Amino acid sequence: MTKTLTLTATLALLAGMASAEEVRVYNWSDYIDEELLAKFEQETGIDLIYDVFDSNEMLQTKMLAGGSGYDVVVPTGTFLQRQIMAGAFQELDKSKLPNIDNMWDVISGRTATYDPGNAFSINYMWGTTGIGVNVPKVQEILGEDAPIGSLDLIFDPANMEKLAECGVYVLDAPTEMIPAALAYAGMDPDAKSQEALDKADEIFTAIRPYISKFHSSEYINALANGDICVAFGWSGDILQARDRAAEAENGVEVAYNAPSEGALMWFDQMAIPVDAPNPDAAHKFLNFIMDAQNMAAASNYVYYANGNKASQEFLAEDVIGDTAIYPDEAALEKLYTVTPWGPKEQRLLTRLWTKIKSGT
Amino acid sequence: MRRFSLIAVPYLWLLALFLVPFLIVIKISLSDVAYASPPYVPQLDLTQGWAGLHDFFAALDFENFAFLTTDALYWKAYLSSLKIALVATALTALVGYPVAYGMARAPQEWRPTLLMLVILPFWTSFLIRVYSWMGILSNEGVLNQVLLATGIISEPLQIMNTNTAVYIGIVYTYLPFMVLPIYAALEKLDESLLEAAEDLGCSRLAAFWLVTFPLSRGGIVAGCFLVFIPAIGEFVIPSLLGGSDTLMIGKVLWEEFFSNTDWPVASAVAVILLALLIIPIVLFQRHEEKEREANR
Repeated sequence: MTKTLTLTATLALLAGMASAEEVRVYNWSDYIDEELLAKFEQETGIDLIYDVFDSNEMLQTKMLAGGSGYDVVVPTGTFLQRQIMAGAFQELDKSKLPNIDNMWDVISGRTATYDPGNAFSINYMWGTTGIGVNVPKVQEILGEDAPIGSLDLIFDPANMEKLAECGVYVLDAPTEMIPAALAYAGMDPDAKSQEALDKADEIFTAIRPYISKFHSSEYINALANGDICVAFGWSGDILQARDRAAEAENGVEVAYNAPSEGALMWFDQMAIPVDAPNPDAAHKFLNFIMDAQNMAAASNYVYYANGNKASQEFLAEDVIGDTAIYPDEAALEKLYTVTPWGPKEQRLLTRLWTKIKSGT
Repeated sequence: MRRFSLIAVPYLWLLALFLVPFLIVIKISLSDVAYASPPYVPQLDLTQGWAGLHDFFAALDFENFAFLTTDALYWKAYLSSLKIALVATALTALVGYPVAYGMARAPQEWRPTLLMLVILPFWTSFLIRVYSWMGILSNEGVLNQVLLATGIISEPLQIMNTNTAVYIGIVYTYLPFMVLPIYAALEKLDESLLEAAEDLGCSRLAAFWLVTFPLSRGGIVAGCFLVFIPAIGEFVIPSLLGGSDTLMIGKVLWEEFFSNTDWPVASAVAVILLALLIIPIVLFQRHEEKEREANR
């Protein structure tokens, strides 16, 4: 009896090995042109299993718990740095990544803050966090010279009081929102002191009654449908809302602006978990993504800039030519980056955010 | 011997699937947060023998439980969850009783079908059912559209993202857990008792309050516990239907676990929640036992 069982198990195992090779990728939702996935399978003969998540926290918990079963994951820079410190990723074998020469030094230079020497990750997309507005609606309420490109729009209670009735959503992500409030106050957006938190508290408490919702993805639809007139969110998401509104021809005209006071620049990085079942196929996937044409196809689809210099000649004009996606030199200067919050600081930050949201 | 092995199965089940995980949660609640995978220390290192075991236990402490008392957020969240669960349980009983009563009074041949209809929603994912409530309750949702079109209201009702939506969600989701035990109690009710009451001059209403209701009390109590206990720790319903200001312990736990990556404090919150729930669970157990004895 035992013998038969062992035999069956061995056979099952062999059958599993004989079937096609697999690579499991865990990426943000709505973040790739799905044709690329089919193309990867065709080119390499590897089965691609593609799952999605919608918050860095979710991914981080899986990485720290270990045994996620994924071969490639896509954390944002600050989260990546913490997870590298926790030993969650393996160093990339760059000999397996010939396309790494396509990468853009301007971006690799900045991502090296989170991942020194870019030893553990490659840049997938980068973008800014800023203001999306329904232009005609906001101008109707605040007048022709409404400050749609300034943090005044959402942090000045006088503006927010008027905007409240047509709806304002902000990201439910304190690591994005607190730096913005500090930039508005003219302070260092990366400050993490008690003084900085108190200042952010004061700014948010004044505008809290006028915020209709804290949410990190619903604003795409809400903005496109005209349910709200202002959203503070991620560049590509707001540009997607702009295009959906244009397609729907519903009279909604959405515009994205990186705030003139400075905007947060973030980087989503592809990395390989330390316990990835198939690191070899993971490298193949990274190399495939770093191919100039593939990377361009991804950016043309999701309206985010990428860290791939060679892809730029294949980018559509409404991507490479749009300063909301690829800011010019002067605008690039104004973008700031932030460092991760330590465990104690993170606790104070979460607590402050709960207080801002719930009043408790 | 055979009897022993028969009892052993459920006990082993409880031991493996309840007690062991719970002990692991208690252990984590006594640990300290760390940047590591998994994100807490100490880790039990058995290669060090007795010394390792000693070091491991020496590093455990009740710091995280003490921390929970330093911030009003936690007890406010427990209280608010308690309130939401109590109100939702009462509402579920009010809605569930007439449904169960109607089913029990329906002609015999209809009852299996009615019972089926109560159970049917379980065939669809719980998450999808809560999502569809978003489509019904939102400002552009079905409910507001109908009310606006018929001219009953001129402005959409703000139900979505409020506590009202959370109550609706809980009542809807847990209704079968209330209906089924009440139905079971009402169905075995001896109808001749009602006839006797009416023969003795009771009005139908008086007969209901004097005979039917007291005899179905067992079902009501069972239903209330089955709704209250899971509702207090509910996370999905408040996070999908509730507003940013809906305070529930499930959400606080989520933030400790995911936002702060503080598994030890998250575990401490969970341990206290369980301790709070043990009281109603023990009461429920006693009630069940009494019922069983009464029916003997």
